[in-house]
Amino acid sequence: MALTREQLAQRVAQEFQDGYYVNLGIGIPTLAANYIPDGMQVMLQSENGLLGMGPFPLEEEVDADLINAGKQTVTMVKGASIFSSAESFAMIRGGHVDLTVLGAFEVDCQGNIASYMIPGKLIKGMGGAMDLVAGADNIIVTMTHASKHGESKLLAECTLPLTGKGCIKRVLTDLALLDIEDGKFILRERAPGVSVEEIASLTAGELVIPDNVPEMNV
Amino acid sequence: MSGFDKVVGSYEEAMAGLEDGMTIVAGGFGLCGIPENLIKEIKRRGNRDLTVASNNAGTDGNGLGILLEDRQIKKMIASYVGENALFEAQMMSGELEVELTPQGTLAEKMRAGGAGIPAFYTATGYGTPVGEGKEVREFNGRHYILEEAIQGDFSIAKAWKADRMGNLMFRMTARNFNPMAITAGKIAVVEVEEIVEIGELDPDEIHLPGIYVNRLIQGTFEKNIEKRTVRSA
Repeated sequence: MALTREQLAQRVAQEFQDGYYVNLGIGIPTLAANYIPDGMQVMLQSENGLLGMGPFPLEEEVDADLINAGKQTVTMVKGASIFSSAESFAMIRGGHVDLTVLGAFEVDCQGNIASYMIPGKLIKGMGGAMDLVAGADNIIVTMTHASKHGESKLLAECTLPLTGKGCIKRVLTDLALLDIEDGKFILRERAPGVSVEEIASLTAGELVIPDNVPEMNV
Repeated sequence: MSGFDKVVGSYEEAMAGLEDGMTIVAGGFGLCGIPENLIKEIKRRGNRDLTVASNNAGTDGNGLGILLEDRQIKKMIASYVGENALFEAQMMSGELEVELTPQGTLAEKMRAGGAGIPAFYTATGYGTPVGEGKEVREFNGRHYILEEAIQGDFSIAKAWKADRMGNLMFRMTARNFNPMAITAGKIAVVEVEEIVEIGELDPDEIHLPGIYVNRLIQGTFEKNIEKRTVRSA
C-alpha cells in the first residue's frame, strides 16, 4: 500500500536527530512535527523569522503577529528566537539548518527539483524554496511517486522550470525512499506491501535496485 | 533636538511626496506586520505606475491587494503570489509585471540596498529561470549568480514600538522584512502601535536604530489573519 500522509510524516521524522534545527515545508513536511520521538529535542525553523516553532495555538492564544511560513497562526516553544527575514535566510543559505524537508512536483536523477510553477497553469512563486534547496546539504523531498494517471514524477530530466539544480540527494515518496547518486536513483526502502517491480515501473529515471530493499518501518 | 523628532501628524503627511512611477519597498510577510494604514493612504492618494518590492502582494481586499484593485501597481517584485486571485489574474493577463524573486534573495536585495552594497553573489536560483541572463561565477567549485540590490524612493513598514527618534522594536514574526525594507528606501516611513518618549527604550533592546527612519506615525491596526489555525484543548 502507498503510504498515507501520516506515514510519510512518520518516515520523515525518523530522519530527525536530537539537537537538529529543521525547516519543514508546507503540507506533509509540517505534519512530521507531530512525530518527533519522545525524549528528542528538535527546533523547527520557520523562514519568516522564527526558530523554535511550537504547535498551533489554543483559540485564546491566537496572535496575529505570530505566524509560520504558511501564514498559519502558531506558538513558540521555550528557547525560541525571533529574527528578520535577512537573518533567517542567512542561517538557511549559510548551511546552519541541519535538515530541510519540502515538497516537489518533479525531481530527476541529476538531483534537480521543480516545485514552484507549472507554465500556463499555476504560478504561486518559489517563496523560500529556492534558497532552502540551495543552502541546505541535508534535504528530503516528499512527494507522490507518480501522478494519478500513473506518470512518473521521478524523471531522467525535469520537464518543469527548476527550483534548484543538482541539489537533491534524498526523495521520500508514497512508495519508496530513494537516494540520488551519480545520476541514478538508488532504491533504499519500499513502502510496506509495495513491490520493487511496482516502484521500478513508476520510476522514469534510471533506477538502481540493491539486492536487499527493506520495507519501511512505519 | 527637534531635528531628530521623526513623528508626523497625519498619514497624508507620512506619504507626502510619493509620485506616480516611484518604487516602494514594503515590509510584511503575508498580512503579518504589514503597514496597512500606509497602504490605505497610497490607495487614497491614487498614485499609479508604482513598482513595489514586497514578499507578497497581500490578499484580495487586504494589504497591497487593495492597490491592485485600482491598478495602481505596474510591477511587483515578490517571492510568493498565491492566495490572491486578483494578483494571479492580472499577472496571467500581462497587466501586471511580476519579477518572481526567491524569498531569501529578496530579503538580501533589500538589506544590500540599505547597506551600500550594489550586488551580491548567491547560489540561490542558479540553473533555474531566476538565474537566466545573470552573471555566473564559480567560488570554491560552486556556481553563484549575481543579484542586484533593491532601493526604493520610499519604504513603508510597520513596527511595534518606537521612540520619537524612530528607534524601533518589532514584535514576534511581524518583524520579517520590515527592518531591511526600512533601510532600503530614500524616504523611510514607519507606522507603529505605540510611540514613547526618548530614553524610554533600552538601547540594548532596539531592533533598528532611528537613523534609518525618516517619518514615524502611530496608528491603529486591524491585523487580519490569513490562516487562523488553532488546536483544541
